[in-house]
Parts: sequence; C-alpha cells; structure tokens
Amino acid sequence: MMQKAVTKKHQISEMAKREERWAWLFIAAPFVGFLFFMAYPIGFAIFASFSRWTGVNSLTGNLVGFKNYADILTDAKFWKSMVTTLIYMIGIPIGMFLGLAIAMGLNRMKHTRRFFTTVYYVPVVSSLVAVSILWAWVFNYDYGLLNSMIKALTGIHGPNWLGDEFWVKVAMIIFMTWKGLGGSIILYLAGLQNIPRDYYEAAKIDGANGWQLFKNITIPLISPVTFYILITSLIGGFQVFVEVQVMTGNGGTNYSAATIVFYLFDKAFNNSQLGYGCAVAVILALIIFLITALNFKGQDKWVSTMD
Amino acid sequence: MKQRKDLSDHYMKSKKQKIGDVVVFILLAIGAVAMIFPLIYMVATSFMTKNQILSGTLTLFPDPILIGKYREVLSKGQFISGIFNTVKVEIPVLLFGGFTSSLAAFAFAKMNFRGKNAFFMALLATIMIPFAVVMIPQYVLFTKLGWTNSLLPLIIPGCFGNVSMIFFLRQNLYSIPNELMDAAKLDGCGYFGTYFRVFLPLMKGALGTQLMLWFMGIWNDYLAPTIFLRSEKNWTLQVVIRSFNSYYAIQSDYALIMAASVIAMIPTLLLFFIFQRIIIESIAISGIK
Repeated sequence: MMQKAVTKKHQISEMAKREERWAWLFIAAPFVGFLFFMAYPIGFAIFASFSRWTGVNSLTGNLVGFKNYADILTDAKFWKSMVTTLIYMIGIPIGMFLGLAIAMGLNRMKHTRRFFTTVYYVPVVSSLVAVSILWAWVFNYDYGLLNSMIKALTGIHGPNWLGDEFWVKVAMIIFMTWKGLGGSIILYLAGLQNIPRDYYEAAKIDGANGWQLFKNITIPLISPVTFYILITSLIGGFQVFVEVQVMTGNGGTNYSAATIVFYLFDKAFNNSQLGYGCAVAVILALIIFLITALNFKGQDKWVSTMD
Repeated sequence: MKQRKDLSDHYMKSKKQKIGDVVVFILLAIGAVAMIFPLIYMVATSFMTKNQILSGTLTLFPDPILIGKYREVLSKGQFISGIFNTVKVEIPVLLFGGFTSSLAAFAFAKMNFRGKNAFFMALLATIMIPFAVVMIPQYVLFTKLGWTNSLLPLIIPGCFGNVSMIFFLRQNLYSIPNELMDAAKLDGCGYFGTYFRVFLPLMKGALGTQLMLWFMGIWNDYLAPTIFLRSEKNWTLQVVIRSFNSYYAIQSDYALIMAASVIAMIPTLLLFFIFQRIIIESIAISGIK
C-alpha cells in the first residue's frame, strides 16, 4: 500500500518535471532576449557610466568614479533640458481635462460616438515622424497654416513658433496634446461606460444636481483611469525625443526645445561621449523608477475603487 | 395641479436634455474638425504648386491639383528602398516574434513550473525601462556584432518576442478553461501540440490584434532605426521621410515632403480604419486592466 503511494508520487513528479522542462523551453526565447537586450545593456550602462568612455578608447582604463555624474549635475545644458522636459508636461493636465470633457460628451452620443472616437484617435496611430513633419510645416513662420490663419484673422504676423525660445515650448505642448488626446479620450470613455447607471439614478432621486453627480460619482469612480493616464503620460513625458529632433533638428534656438533624451542622444551620438551618455541614461532610469514608485504609493490615498 | 407640474417638469427636462445633446454634438464636431484639420491641410499641401504654398495666404484647395509630387516621391529609389527595408523588418519580426511570444504566453498561462513568477516579473520589468536607457549599450553591442551595416539590429531582438504581447496573450489565455489542457493531454497531445493545435487557434483573435499593433509600432519606429542603421541603404521608411524633410525643406519643396509623409502614413491608417473597433477596444482594456 505504502509502496504504491510512493511510486504514484514519484510518477507525478516525473510528469511535473517533464512539464517544467517543456515550459522552460517555451519561455526560453523571450528570456534569452531579455538577458541579451535588456539585462546586459542595463548592467553595461551602469558600469560605463563611471567611465570617460568614447567607444574608441578603453572602457576600463578610463574609470573616473562619479565624475560623469558630477559633470552632468553641474552642466547648465542638462538642467535646461530637464526644465524644458518638465515644462512640456504642462500638456498632461490639459490633455487629461480635454480628454475627460470630450469623453463625457461622447458618452452622451449614441449613433455618432464611434465615428467621433475614430476621428479623435487618428493622430495617435499616425506616424510620429510624419505628423512632426506636418506640424513643423503648420508652425512654419512665413507660410505655415497657423500664421496664415493668425494673419487672416487679426492682420498681424504670428510668432516664430519653432525659432523662438518661448514659443517653441508652446508649439511643442500644442503638438503633444494634439497627438495624445485620442488616447486619454478612449481610456476615459471606457472608464465612464464602466460606471453603473444606477449610481446616477439613485443620486438624482436624492436631488443631486449635475455638478454634484460629476464631483461625487464621476470623478471618484474614474480616478483609476486618471491615475493610469497620469503615470503613463509622466513616463512618456520623460522620453520625448522624436518630435524635438524632427521639428527643430538641433534642439532649437539656444537648446530651448531640447529634452533629457535629446540631451542624452546629443552627447552620446553627436559627441561620442558614450560613458557620459550612459550616466544620463542611469539618471533617467532612476527618475522614471522614482515616479512609478511614488505614484503607486500615492495611489491608495486618492484613488477610490468601487469596492 | 401637482401632477401637471411634474409633467411639465418632465417635459422641460427632456427638452433641456435634447438641447444639451445638440450643443454637445456641435462642440464635439468642432473638436473633431480641429483634430483632423492639420491632416487635411497635409493632404491639400501635397497637391499644391510651389507658388500656391508660398503665397502665405490661407488656402486649402489646391488649384490646380497636381499629382506629380506623388509620382516624384514614388520614383525616388531611396523612398522605395525605405518601404522595402521596413517590410524586411516587419515580416521576420512578426512571424518569429509572434510565435515566440504566443508560445511563452501559453507556458505562463497554462503550465506549471518553478520560477514562473520570477521569470514573468523579470520580463514585465522591461516594459518599464525606457529604450533611451539601453540604447547606448545596445548600439555598442550591435556594432561589436557587426550588425550595424544591416537590418539585423531591428530584426533579431524582435524575434525573441515582445513582452507586452506576452502579457496580453497571457491575460487572454486565462479566459480559456484549463480543462482543455487535460483533454489535450488525454488525447496524447504533447505540450507543443497542445499549444499549436488547441490553444493557438483559440487565441487567434487576440494574437491578430496584438500583431496588428506591433506592425504599426515597427512601421512608425524612428529612434531605433536612426541609431542602429549606419548605412543609408538600410534606412527604414521613417528615417527616409525625416531625411526628405531636412533635405527638401531647404528647397521649400513642401508638396514633396507632404506627399512622402502622406504615403508613409497610409498603411497604418488603413489598418486602423478597417480594424478600428478591435484596436480601440484592446487599448481601452489596457487602461482598466
């Protein structure tokens, strides 16, 4: 009897082992990819960030400790691009506000909802390079759409959108809001449709007005979506690069349009400061890690869920 | 008397609501026009003469309509090779990457093995790491491997699978009952057979949607190709249109630039219009987990 139980157990574990070996084989490709193209590069970046490495000289022979980091933190260009990156993030609350307002409008529509959603989403699926080229043309000082419109309406010549240190930031914010708006609309719309209608009906019977419904039902119940959009936009906001390179080429007048990633790219691939660039990359990774961690910590405080 | 007031209240409300709906509709329509207007302007510009473009007055209707710029773009060798290079990246990546991703998703969702969670978390962590962080070491790695004179830096990593795809397919597989696994076992299906003959057909829809999104991602990718493709003959479409932009803007040939950009946008937009319901749904799901 006991003998039997033992053999049975042995058989099960034999089968489990067989399953395990197959499963490991099945996940081998993504895992090897992870090791080669993620884990190894991250380790490499951290190591190289301590070296004055150019890609041509010796990596290990030019170790300088934290000197790269010290140089970055005292480089005015770094801080300028950091501040610009943060200024661009003004677009995030604007996009979230517009996104929620439009989603609430779409939620009222029955027959035209899908059509409108599709239209609003077109910029999101459009090639970032192509629409950056398009908007560089829209923002063109002499012949662009925007300045032609301003001239037609007011008679005065509009600002030098991409050439001016101040207006280039406004232009970028307009562009990014336009490009990303469809994303928040879709997410908010899905969130709104998830709120049970009874909640509103019950509150209406209790005599709540439209603003109270919005403030006490919609806002709290939609907060997980708000939170999700906020995190992903912040993380995305720290990675802005393509539109800056396409629209301004060199980072704008006096580097006024450059972002962190633009700075990183510039140092690494235009100046061959690969070690230095790696240090910028590590700082970027730390910032993004910190935001994610902080956001998840703050999540319990202001995000309310249905149960 | 009271009843009458209630009735009129009700009547008023629905009338108020109707007016509200009309106002909202008009606002949404204005917004939609504003969103789509730059794209219309782009198409319009691509058909205009240089004189009309540089007149500085606000015009939307090309007069006369010229299609010559499209012909000019399509006769440029660099543009055509950009399309071919992009396709050369798409096909192997979607084929092999789709296979490895779905196979791994199957293992994570339906099989038991030690280290399952640890492996999964390790993969998931990579979604959080921006490409900008690893682009320098990857560039160095690909240079050392001698890949930067070919399309391999864009092809090989993709063939190892795509983490967000694994994540979504795993979620999708959870909704398929585990009993199918045991049934397949009883039928003498091996693990690979169970994946290939039972579960792969069942996740066809989800796999198709994910492959479509991945196709768009590869088609529109710019940063990785700019860094990794050292020789012009390997440039993908996005790199080509960006170089057109810098080259022809000096000559003020905006019609050509716009025509090239319009063509570059057509494949993804076409896919989007055909499958908009599925694409929008799968994106909405990602927000409400």
